[in-house]
This record gives sequence, structure tokens and C-alpha cells, in this order.
Amino acid sequence: MKTHQLSIYRGPCAILTDLNLNIPQGQWTSIIGPNGAGKSSLLQAMAGLLRHTGSLSLEGVELSTMTRKALAKKMAWLDQQGASSPEEFGDSLSVYDTVMLGRLPYQGWLHLPSEADHISVEKVLQQTDAWHLRYRPLQQLSGGERQRVLLARLLAVDSDILLMDEPLANLDPPHQADFLKWQGNLLAQGKTLVTVLHEIHFALRADHLIMLNKGRLHFQGSSQDPRTHQALIELFDGRIRLEKLGNDWVAIPS
Amino acid sequence: MQKNYFLAKLSGLLILSTILVLLGTLLGSTGANWNALGPDQTILFDIRLPRSLGAYLAGALLGLAGGIAQSLFRNPLADPYLLGSASGALLGVGSILCFAYLGNSWLEIIGLNGGAFLGALIGVLASLLLAGGYRSSLRLLLSGVVISVILGAANSLFTFIRPDLFQSIQSFMLGNTTLMNWSGVAIMAIALFLCLAITSIISPVLDALSLGENTARTLGLPLDQLRLVFIGILALATGCAVAQTGLVAFVGLAAPHLVRKLSGGRQRVQLIFSCLGGGILLLGSDLIARTLFAPLEIPVGIVTAVLGGLYLLVLLKRTSFGGRS
Repeated sequence: MKTHQLSIYRGPCAILTDLNLNIPQGQWTSIIGPNGAGKSSLLQAMAGLLRHTGSLSLEGVELSTMTRKALAKKMAWLDQQGASSPEEFGDSLSVYDTVMLGRLPYQGWLHLPSEADHISVEKVLQQTDAWHLRYRPLQQLSGGERQRVLLARLLAVDSDILLMDEPLANLDPPHQADFLKWQGNLLAQGKTLVTVLHEIHFALRADHLIMLNKGRLHFQGSSQDPRTHQALIELFDGRIRLEKLGNDWVAIPS
Repeated sequence: MQKNYFLAKLSGLLILSTILVLLGTLLGSTGANWNALGPDQTILFDIRLPRSLGAYLAGALLGLAGGIAQSLFRNPLADPYLLGSASGALLGVGSILCFAYLGNSWLEIIGLNGGAFLGALIGVLASLLLAGGYRSSLRLLLSGVVISVILGAANSLFTFIRPDLFQSIQSFMLGNTTLMNWSGVAIMAIALFLCLAITSIISPVLDALSLGENTARTLGLPLDQLRLVFIGILALATGCAVAQTGLVAFVGLAAPHLVRKLSGGRQRVQLIFSCLGGGILLLGSDLIARTLFAPLEIPVGIVTAVLGGLYLLVLLKRTSFGGRS
């Protein structure tokens, strides 16, 4: 995925200005930056949720020229954990039906889910260790179980690009570890992952980092590159330092 | 296995509906008349049967509209009258009554039912205009509240100018099924069939919306257009029901909650059951209204308000509604 001179306006205010980005295929790209930098807006634009100026293309095809269904099959979206929580007034879908929603891009209005849809739903529920939860209402699940089911819903779309807005928010450390393990599995399958993350130490586990500041590109590069680390420290005004812990980099407030 | 449960629940609700329609047809102010082929055939087939079917269909339309409102606006307290349809219908009836003395032929053609229907549609359209479209649910709901207040004030002006109309308007506000005829039944049956058929086809949108608007949009759904279709169905269903029975309280709000536990969360099932639940609630209330102090009848809206209100109170006691205790 590539952007050229990508800008997003809300009314007269520019949220993002002139972004030229390159999202590597089959890798994990993480978008980071201070609050209000425009991270979620960039991810929403990539998903076709926000209008933009400039170019945003996927495999050489401009996103705005693609039909809704074609785009839905190419890219799947995982909302923030809080935003995806169903309102609690007793009409929550079952886990199975929730995951089946991921097959909507493949279904016609007058058609029931096909055999292929059922097979796909079973496969992703097994993959995320949630098959045994399939008859339970979504709202009765714990945070970790719910996140597994929402990940299964994301995978049910069977798209090559997965966009995730703060997927680790509201998860406790064991569930964050589980989530990172699944991300590893997805990368092994050749999926392209794009995440917005607040937690810098998790973002540093990505292959590629995009740093935004005040709606502009601050830096983009490999997460292992010393220049990226220097840019990251500058992004937060030198108020963090990076240290290696085992194989991972961690950010410590300084 | 789940399909069989659905069929069992659907059959149960349909059987209950049939029993209530039969009771409504056979029960009179002087007790039950079990001889349908006797000398009272005109009373049974031209008065009681259309009244029972009409009450049932109006309840079903309100139940469907309530189910759509609650799912579309993701608000368990949303009801079909939210978008200005109730105050619009009231103003429509008030206008027809107020200007009837002019003897205008158009007013005669439109009649009270037509006035209520047009008023309801105008109320919803005004809410849409004030909200600047249908994309923001919150703006639309707030616009509905504002339009309701404005149209309500206009209606108060009518009763202030013409105090003799107060009783007629009050009767419309409390709901009334006594004047139901076969043409009203036919109109509501056609409207219900149309609304239910379209809703059943596009209901996956409401399922997807339960995961958040962004997720629903990224599933390839034309969300904005379908939201407008839902608002149109809501207006049509409410307008048709209100035009025939007046402003029956609580049915649209309570019916979806009555059947929520049966539906298993799927919106298609939930809306079909809301329909049946609404019909059962309104027809059951109508039977109580007719028989509780027979031969005196009380307005059906009072019974639905008491029954629906009591049920919601019980539900409130049993459910946390996401609150923290």
C-alpha cells in the first residue's frame, strides 16, 4: 500500500498533511505518535472510512476507485476494544454469528451463509481457540475471550491486509502476549498487518514504524534501525530512552 | 438445532396471536359468543374481527418500528415516536379537526387517518431536515426531540383556539381501536408485509452495527443508504399504525424488550418477534380494555402503558443495563 501527498481535512482543519508512505507487504507496520498526531485518522483513511486528498493506492489501484465489496475483501478492520463492545442491553449476538459477520462481503442480500462461509468461520474460531465459545453471547465473555472472538471475526474476512486500531488496549499482559503470538502466526501466513499502538514497546516489535507528529510524517523506517530509534526519542522530545531487554527494545520514561 | 428452536418460538407466538384474535372476535361486552354462524355475524365479522386484526396489525407495526429504532440508534429506550412522528400525527389530526368547518374537499378526502399519516411523515421529514441528513444518529435523535416540542406546541395552539376539539385530540392521544374497519386492516397488512420483507433482507446491517459503525462500514455495507431505508420503514410503519389507532403508548418501546430473550441476538429474528410481540401486546391490551369494566371501555393506551410500564419495571429490576453497581 502506498500514499502520495495524502491529506485529510475535518472542516477547514488539516488532520494529516502531505503524507508519502510505503506500507511493506507481508510485514507488520505500526503507526505511533503522541496524542492527536493523526494515527487513527490515517488508519481510517487506509480502510476507506475517511475522505482524503492525494493518492492512496493498493497494488497500484487507487482505493477510491474500488467498490465497497472489493475493498472489504482486500482489507479487514479491527476496531478499538472499547468501540467494539456491544451495548449491554441483552441483544448480543452469539460468538458464531458475530464471526459470521466477517463473511458479509461474500454474501448476497437474499442468500443464507454458504457451506464455504460455515467452514471459514469454524476454521478461524479453531485458529483463535474460541470454537468452544461459539454458542455464548458475545457480551457474556471476558475481555480476553471477546478479543479472541473479534480477532476471529477479522480473520473470517480472509483479507490480505489487516488494519487494527489499538488492538492491545484494555487487555491484561497475558492476553497482550496471546495477541502478539497470533500476530506472529498471521505474519507467517503472509498477511500484512497495520496497527495503531500507544504502547511503544509493543510498536517496536513491528517490522516497520511510521511516526506521526501533528499530522505530519516525522519518520518511517525499520524498527531495528538506530536512526528509527533516534527519531523515536526525538518524537517524544527526548522524554524516553530505549533499552534492549533480551531480543526486544523497551521504551522507558526518562 | 437453532433453526428448530426458532420455529418452535415462532409457532408459539403465532398460536398465541391466533388465540387472541379468536378471543377478540368472540368476546363481547356481554360475554363470549361461541356461535360464530349465529344471528350476530355482522357484529363478529364486520366489527369485532376487523377490530381484533386491526389492533394486532397496528401493534405489530409499532413493535417492528420500535425494534428498528432501538437497533438503529443502539438505544434500548428508543421508541417509534422519537423522530417526531407522534407529534406530527397529532398535529395532522388537530389540523383536520380544526379546519374541517371550512368544508374543503381536500380535507374530507384526506380524513383523520390520512391527516395522521401525513403528519407523521412530515414530522420525520422535518427531523431529517433539521439534522441535516441521516448520517448522525445523535443529531437525528436530538432533532426529533426538537421537532416533537415544536409540533406539540403548534397542537396546543389548536386546542387553545378551539377548546371544543380537546376531547377528540385527547382520544387520539390515548389510542383507540373501536373504529377499525376492513380498509384500515388491509392498509396495515400491506404496510406490514412490505416493511417486514425489506427489513428481513437488510437486517444484517443492524447486526453489523452492533460491532461499531467503522466495522460495519468495512464489511462492504452501504451503511448510509440502508440507514435511510430503515428510517423510511420506521416512518411508514409508525405512520400507518398511528393513523388507524392513534398514539398507543409503550407498545413500540416494550414489545422489542418482551421478545429480546427469545431472539438470541439476531436482528432478523428479533424484528420478526418484535412484530409478533407488539401485536400480542396491543391486542391483549385491547381485550383487557374492552372487558375489564364491561360494558364500559377504557382507552387501550392506558392499558398498554400500565402493562408495558410494569413489564419494563420488572426488566429494570432484573437487568443491569450495563450499569455499575
